[in-house]
Amino acid sequence: MENFEPKIVGFLCNWCSYRAADLAGSARIKYPPNVRIIRVMCSGRVDPTFVFKALADGADGVMIAGCHPGECHYIEQNYKAMRRFSMLKHTLDAMGVESDRVQLVWASAAEGQRLAEAIEKLVSDVKRLGPLKWPANWQEDESRLEALENIVKEHAEAMEVPQ
Amino acid sequence: MSNKPKGKLALYWAASCGGCEIAVLAIDDKILKVAEAFDIVLWPCAADGKVHDIEKMADQSIDLCLFNGGIRTSEQEYMAQLLRRKSKVLVALGSCANEGCIPGLGNLNTRKEVFDTVYKEGSSTVPENPQDVRPQAETEMPEGTLHLPVFYDTLKTLAQTVDVDYFLPGCPPEAENIWTALVAILEGKLPPKGSVIGVNTTVCDECKRTRHEKKIKKFYRTWQIIPDEETCLLEQGLMCCGIATRAGCGALCPKVNSPCIGCHGGNDGVDDYGARLMSGVASVIDSNDPDEIDQIISEGIPDPVGTFYRFSLASSELRRKKKVAAE
Repeated sequence: MENFEPKIVGFLCNWCSYRAADLAGSARIKYPPNVRIIRVMCSGRVDPTFVFKALADGADGVMIAGCHPGECHYIEQNYKAMRRFSMLKHTLDAMGVESDRVQLVWASAAEGQRLAEAIEKLVSDVKRLGPLKWPANWQEDESRLEALENIVKEHAEAMEVPQ
Repeated sequence: MSNKPKGKLALYWAASCGGCEIAVLAIDDKILKVAEAFDIVLWPCAADGKVHDIEKMADQSIDLCLFNGGIRTSEQEYMAQLLRRKSKVLVALGSCANEGCIPGLGNLNTRKEVFDTVYKEGSSTVPENPQDVRPQAETEMPEGTLHLPVFYDTLKTLAQTVDVDYFLPGCPPEAENIWTALVAILEGKLPPKGSVIGVNTTVCDECKRTRHEKKIKKFYRTWQIIPDEETCLLEQGLMCCGIATRAGCGALCPKVNSPCIGCHGGNDGVDDYGARLMSGVASVIDSNDPDEIDQIISEGIPDPVGTFYRFSLASSELRRKKKVAAE
């Protein structure tokens, strides 16, 4: 657990948060390299499917970042992101995913520092929670293969016709 | 159809309620045409036919296998593998085989929790089971070792277990759709492998109710209001799943003033039915205040998994609830 470096997927909107990340870079603001940033046109583009897929495919945490409420490039789509995020969290909670693993952040194009701090917070929260390893949840134990072999063996014996 | 040599047909039933088998019989007298075209080699619900007879058949010698039910035990997994090997065309029939359906909601629990409910806490079993006897996969007897199927922690869909050729959704699939699929198979007019046999549009398209701009301030459970019979049910605050659900049923439930519960699953290209549904529903909540949004959702949708994934939990991206390590 000491050396655990979480994998984080970040969905950043083209008009504010992605530019905040750019700004953080050109201003040489440091933040942990754990986040893999995917640029989307708007936080309203982030379908909850993306988040579930990221977690199911091995991400330990997800960040969704967009323009501040009221400042969306597409007028009000970040409000939709806000509502979807609330619905998503409610569902993740019921599925046993710790709520700190998925975070929604508002960061304008001028807020490189704010975005860097949010990434730092998310990475430290996920480090504290540990690896998610979601696909291990649906692995069966070794009794499965043993049982399958037993069925084949028993059927083979039962089918032998005495000559 | 009658001039061709008879084909071989198998039906099998894994973790499901059996309704899909009844739905096959609901094609009425057309079942006689099926009997004309096919020899039924296996159909535990309606005809004779033994597993060891199937085992003796050559691979690919069954022309069509309609498999309903999810995969919850080792025996079901074995039968899925066996029938896959012996069948030319394997069809996942009904919601359980397609996406897990109601038995798939068992993925909110583990085997231990399911067994605790059945053998320890259940009101009908507890008085009969004071010593907390549980089914064992292996039991030693003087004559040898006896085996019971192993019960899995997680229910899998048929496609998560073996390669599936076609999918026929619905809980249960409508008899007309089953007949359409049978005719397509009999006439050799099959869509590309991996297709869902059905239409590719939503229940809303088949629903006759009038629609306006949707703005939801409060969600209601079905017992809380009697909806008006003309207006869109979702607009009235009922969690109608029609917006994300594949059509093909003729909007049966909204027609009788009851919201769609999503038994046909998603359309082509949808990887996670529940996510698409919650995405659509969330976007029409009429509030921009985070606290109010949280309140509308938590009060109106107390069981999000049961609401959005009633039929599709096992086939969703996450497939099951997180297992706690100490099992």
